[in-house]
Amino acid sequence: MEHTQSFFNRGPSPAVRLVFFSLLSLLLLFVDAHYKYLESARSALSIFTYPLQRVVSVPSELWHQADSFFVLHASLLGENARMRQQHSVDAVQLQQLQVLQADNQHLRDLLAVQQRAAYPTQLAEIIYVERDIFKRKLFLDKGAQANVQPGQVVMDDIGVVGQITRVYPWLSEVTLITDKDHAVPVQVLRNGLRAVVFGSGDIGDLALRYMPVSSDIQEGDILVTSGIDGTYPPGLPVAKVSHIEHDTAYPFARIQCVPVAGVDRQRQLLILSGLPHLPEHPEVAEEKDTDKPKRGRKRKP
Amino acid sequence: MSGFPKDQEFMLPASNTFIVLSLLVALLLNWLPWHGVLLVLHPDFVALVLLYWCTHKPFRVGIGMAWMMGVFADVADASLFGQHALAYTVLAFGGIVLHRRMQMFDLRQQTLQIFPVLLLTYVVYALVHWQLHSYVSWTYFLGCAMSALLWVPLTMLLQVMRLPRPDPDDV
Repeated sequence: MEHTQSFFNRGPSPAVRLVFFSLLSLLLLFVDAHYKYLESARSALSIFTYPLQRVVSVPSELWHQADSFFVLHASLLGENARMRQQHSVDAVQLQQLQVLQADNQHLRDLLAVQQRAAYPTQLAEIIYVERDIFKRKLFLDKGAQANVQPGQVVMDDIGVVGQITRVYPWLSEVTLITDKDHAVPVQVLRNGLRAVVFGSGDIGDLALRYMPVSSDIQEGDILVTSGIDGTYPPGLPVAKVSHIEHDTAYPFARIQCVPVAGVDRQRQLLILSGLPHLPEHPEVAEEKDTDKPKRGRKRKP
Repeated sequence: MSGFPKDQEFMLPASNTFIVLSLLVALLLNWLPWHGVLLVLHPDFVALVLLYWCTHKPFRVGIGMAWMMGVFADVADASLFGQHALAYTVLAFGGIVLHRRMQMFDLRQQTLQIFPVLLLTYVVYALVHWQLHSYVSWTYFLGCAMSALLWVPLTMLLQVMRLPRPDPDDV
């Protein structure tokens, strides 16, 4: 049957089609990598793919539910006891915190310093994780419908997890701080030393680069966001220094850190909104940014 | 090995609905939340099913179809538009070039034939990624080997589903 049909005209030959569709793909690649024109097409197409992706995540959700149903009585009791203990410890600290906060507020009032507001948060659930092993990304179940905006910070109860890089109507994409292209401006909690922490592409591993050998950093130091740049609010825990290596042949120290937050462990995450608006960045420094249109470290004033 | 007469194997009928459904199921399988070791090893089901149809029904499923599937994969994976599309275009072309040769081989030999095509597809995808991010993790290519190993079971499954049902009135 196939053989008789092949006598008829079937349009362009496979080689022509190959060239045509390859060029089309390359054009799309070029446009998507350099301009923002295709974002609306992407969110339009995601309306079709989103329900399917939800359907696919159902089995694993069911598995999680079934898994949590068959928990041993003893382990629950143990966990409960631990929680109680933790709660009483926390309660004491919270009391102190409230006193300190009031104190701080008062001092700031006296000094007429800009108030550090508490940031409104939104709880979102991870729908699925990136299947591409090149990238460290998550998808959350809140999108443009819930007023999520690109650039917002995502954290769990302990520290920063990542940043929202793309928003779809019903879901949003989070680039983790461990992503190879991601950088976070930080400060050492102990002495206020400023630095930038980079992702390594590997879960559970971050790197402090370009720190002189003489800089005062010790193993176990906690790094918090510095708030410089206006993308991250100040004072959120990011990472802990795990290993320092001084190589005399190299001008910079090799400093490895582990993220504080459970970057690959949580199911519920918090999206922070209402970041402070900093004044416009001066034009001069922006020139370098134009040839690097990638996400993450791009500065959004 | 396949259990069908060889000339009949490539002549089995296939309805459009069946083709579209099989591609859809492959997309869903690709979108399962793969994790950890499985993420490294996970085969590309869409590539396999596309390759199957391109070698068995090259006039029905061709480069255009593969390109469209690639665009959908790009949206779902949040990769750049055109990254999967380019890879699947190359894959479909490879499948169409191979389709006459495939009819002469049994399933095990077919695996050896399709492996280079799959590898080329993975290389194209990785090249685009390398061009943009200037690094590639080598474990990515393990998925290619897994995909090639799945060729035999997948082909057998699709062949069985395409077999005409015996008519109950016949006996």
